[in-house]
Amino acid sequence: MRQEQNNIFANIDWFMVFLFLILISFGWVNIYAASTSEEHRSLFDFTTKYGKQLLWIMLCFPLSIIILFFNSKFYEQYASLLYLLSLLSLFLLFPFGKEINGAKSWFNFGAMSLQPSEFVKAFTALAIAKLLSDRQYNFKLIKNQIKAFIIVFFPAFLVFLQPDAGSALIYVSFFFVLHREGLTLNYIILGVFIITLFITTIYFGFKIVLLYSFILLTLLTIYFIYKGGVRFLRFNWLKIIGIYFLLGIFISGTGFIYENTLPSHQKDRFDILLGKKIDHKGIGYNSYQSELTISSGGFTGKGFLNGDLTQGDFVPEQHTDYIFSTVGEEWGFLGSSFVILLFMALLYRIIYQAEKHPNKFGRIYGYSLASILFFHVIVNIGMVIGLLPTVGIPLPFFSYGGSSLWGFTTLLFIFIRLDAHKNYDF
Amino acid sequence: MQKSFLLYFLITITGIVFIGRLFQLQMINSKNYNPIHNAAVKVVYDYPERGYVYDRNGKLLVANQLSYDVMVQPDQVKPLDTLELCSLLKIDKKSFLKSFKKAERYARYLPSVFLKQLAKEDFAFLQEKLHKYTGFYIQKRIIRDYPVPGAANVLGYIGEVNEQKARNNDYYQQGELEGKDGIERQYEEVLRGRKGKKYLNRNRFNKVIGSFKNGTFDTLPENGKDLVLTLDIELQMYAQNLMKGKRGGIVAIEPATGEILALVTAPSYDPNMLVGRKRSPNSYKLFNLDSIEKPTFDRGLLAAYPPGSPFKMMNALIGLQENVINKNTTFRCYEGYRYGNRPNEFMGCHCGIYNKPIALKTAIAKSCNSYFSNTYKKIVEKEKNSTEGLNNWNKHVRSFGLGNYLGYDLPAGSPGLIPDGKYYDNRYKYTWNANTNISNAIGQGEVLTTPIQLANFTAAIANKGNYITPHIVKKVDSKLIDEPNFTIPKQTTIDKNNFSPVIEAMHEVFKTGTGKFSQVKGIEICGKTGTAENFIFKDGVKEQLEDHSILVAFAPKNNPKIALAVFVENGGYGSTIAAPISSLIIEKYIKGTISAQNKYREKSILEKNLDHIYDKQISKKETIATGTK
Repeated sequence: MRQEQNNIFANIDWFMVFLFLILISFGWVNIYAASTSEEHRSLFDFTTKYGKQLLWIMLCFPLSIIILFFNSKFYEQYASLLYLLSLLSLFLLFPFGKEINGAKSWFNFGAMSLQPSEFVKAFTALAIAKLLSDRQYNFKLIKNQIKAFIIVFFPAFLVFLQPDAGSALIYVSFFFVLHREGLTLNYIILGVFIITLFITTIYFGFKIVLLYSFILLTLLTIYFIYKGGVRFLRFNWLKIIGIYFLLGIFISGTGFIYENTLPSHQKDRFDILLGKKIDHKGIGYNSYQSELTISSGGFTGKGFLNGDLTQGDFVPEQHTDYIFSTVGEEWGFLGSSFVILLFMALLYRIIYQAEKHPNKFGRIYGYSLASILFFHVIVNIGMVIGLLPTVGIPLPFFSYGGSSLWGFTTLLFIFIRLDAHKNYDF
Repeated sequence: MQKSFLLYFLITITGIVFIGRLFQLQMINSKNYNPIHNAAVKVVYDYPERGYVYDRNGKLLVANQLSYDVMVQPDQVKPLDTLELCSLLKIDKKSFLKSFKKAERYARYLPSVFLKQLAKEDFAFLQEKLHKYTGFYIQKRIIRDYPVPGAANVLGYIGEVNEQKARNNDYYQQGELEGKDGIERQYEEVLRGRKGKKYLNRNRFNKVIGSFKNGTFDTLPENGKDLVLTLDIELQMYAQNLMKGKRGGIVAIEPATGEILALVTAPSYDPNMLVGRKRSPNSYKLFNLDSIEKPTFDRGLLAAYPPGSPFKMMNALIGLQENVINKNTTFRCYEGYRYGNRPNEFMGCHCGIYNKPIALKTAIAKSCNSYFSNTYKKIVEKEKNSTEGLNNWNKHVRSFGLGNYLGYDLPAGSPGLIPDGKYYDNRYKYTWNANTNISNAIGQGEVLTTPIQLANFTAAIANKGNYITPHIVKKVDSKLIDEPNFTIPKQTTIDKNNFSPVIEAMHEVFKTGTGKFSQVKGIEICGKTGTAENFIFKDGVKEQLEDHSILVAFAPKNNPKIALAVFVENGGYGSTIAAPISSLIIEKYIKGTISAQNKYREKSILEKNLDHIYDKQISKKETIATGTK
């Protein structure tokens, strides 16, 4: 094995760094547009949102250099420790956390607050990579599958308890990683099937869905009996009854939970998205205003600082979760498509490099990174353009907020480090 | 590479879907958004003046006055000196924070009312000072003014739309006013008109920079329409005065047209109590505290009482129609009517003509219970079983508008109760006959009617078999109303010729019968007194109270001008209080003044106060008077 070069910038994938730089700078431009106001004009006024964000961005450079400074073996060796420390930080939130917007997800350090859940994602990815890359590890065994699930489940559960359901949801993205490493696709198909069933149930009401799915199931059974004869029935009747039973319980259970126990604000979000309820003044205000803001941009947009909806502060939380609506208004279809293409390029690049990685650890980590980023992008932009329900998670590299920016930077630069090291790994 | 296919595929699909959605939003939908939902466009409303209300003689009842509200839009509020603003607005810090929280809860991005209805002298002063506090501004609003301090139950009041309605209704915004009761509510859309809208463009600093799309979306306000009521305010105020110190309702109708001349409930309140800054404490007092007198409960429309003896005319009419009696039929009264064999199954009678044949005219004039018990029994027994007999009876009664909502143009109402065969089938499991519910013969028992239903019933007798549904609005915007419900007469099931004997008998009531002490010289009044027993449960013990005093009447006998029903709770016999009240109202309406010889009657009624009787119904008066428990 050759020694790693002393130059920490050697073999770095500059293309990825380039995409990263474009994303954060364009993100900042939009945060500036969304949070600027008449009184504050200085770029370095750290009482303003854009000034603070500029500070976070500048601090990203020492952060990324520190990350690159460590040997890639370091991350592999200390993955478990880092993971446990990050879990500890989540635990410590319960006694010491500061509550913002109803969730206890922040540590308060005087002038600034830090949201540990943004960093835990990176360390969970490390832990998963470490587990799956172990030579003793055989993913075919149910026991090992459960180990992997536990690693993902713990941080998700702690984040969920804060309660921050949006950030907890992100851990679903690890399914892609597990699938890549041999988890059968059936789990995902099952997941998609359950989600589809869930949405149709709350949209059409459980009685109709129950009726149709039973009719469908009966037709399917008749078809199989027709094809397989009595033999089919003899060997499978228990399964068929089981499927009827489970389906019935799931659909009516969903209907019941949705109607009776789901908190009303979450129910409203679903109802508005599915068009069951129209409410442009109350709960639906955010989504409606953000759609309106985006569509008012037209093809080329209104131009930097000329978006009257953005400038008038009409979209709530526009600098954080709804930052993409600023892009839509001020940069138009061209600008917002460009951002989507940028994210696609970054994701393609990460997967491409991960696949090329000779080391299993690096590959799995890269895959986790791609999945997490992808999930953030799909949930956030999907919400802003009105395709998905309101879930408050940030757009990577774009949204205002030091914790999320540093969290994603950490995620990305660990991978850049691992990636740069790949040629020396044998 | 095979295994990474899924994620590549999903990323590509997501990218395509997102760009497609952006295309849809930004290229296709970009122009068809309703400007009102565009937050960069500010909508300024131009409120039209609400319509005025006049009485039938053109006297102004409801007008408008200006009022000024302080509005707030929470997201625009900058840090401020709360104490200074509080002292400007003359409120304390606690209520300041409470109002501000409420506004924030409604919507941070929309204006809501912060302080309602400033005094005029405060307005000029605040106008100067308030511009310093961004996010706060003053909005002009029009509120009601009532030159006549009466008929509150008819006029109703206006109030702020509730939050729920402001959210779900396209027309109303939070803080706007709408009719809440009476004609204000019933004729809300007529009176309010349509507010005008101006769409203004705001720049990035929230300053108005001009009209939106050159005003193509703007609309002009449409003024509210004036209403002319059928009410005679002079008669109304007179009747209200007569009812002072009593509880009950009076409804007077012009029989030929169904126009309501007076609609009185007692106790009532001055409509000006629900205007201005005193409104909140007053409305709390009216609606919440006073659960004994209930001044906002319109007894004329809502209180379903047993009708008592006036209902005997109903049975007489049905008996005549069904040919079970004619005007010469006689029954004997044995100081009452025995409807069963047990000693207590006996209904007493005070007609004073015992053991002799009594004919219809005398029976009505003297209010003989036995006569109508016999008639009712014959009506019910005419069909092959009691159920069908009672159903037939029910059909006749309902044709007078009893037992259901009358369909007048006021928002409050009660259906009353007219039982049918099924009602008793359910109650007695088919083992009943006419004697089981013989009380219906004399308007006691299960029968319940409201004063307006009784007045309408009297009007139908005065018209000899038809009535026009009572209504309160005569003209909208100086055009006579043309709704068929209020212009086309409704036919009852009783033939015209059957009314004459009943009307003769009602005339006899005021000549020689129970109403003879309430005659008015020169006016031929036809009427019927009534006395209804009633009970309460006081501390869990059933206790009989003073009877309700009832009277229905119309006058003059030929070509009737007014038909009315008077109901005085716990007033005693019909002849002692309801009869003089109605004779005074009739005299006032027909002659315009009370003649000197009847002044004593007016004086005694005005002085009559029943509070000592009402007080007896409350077990622990002092606990209620202070509103504590």
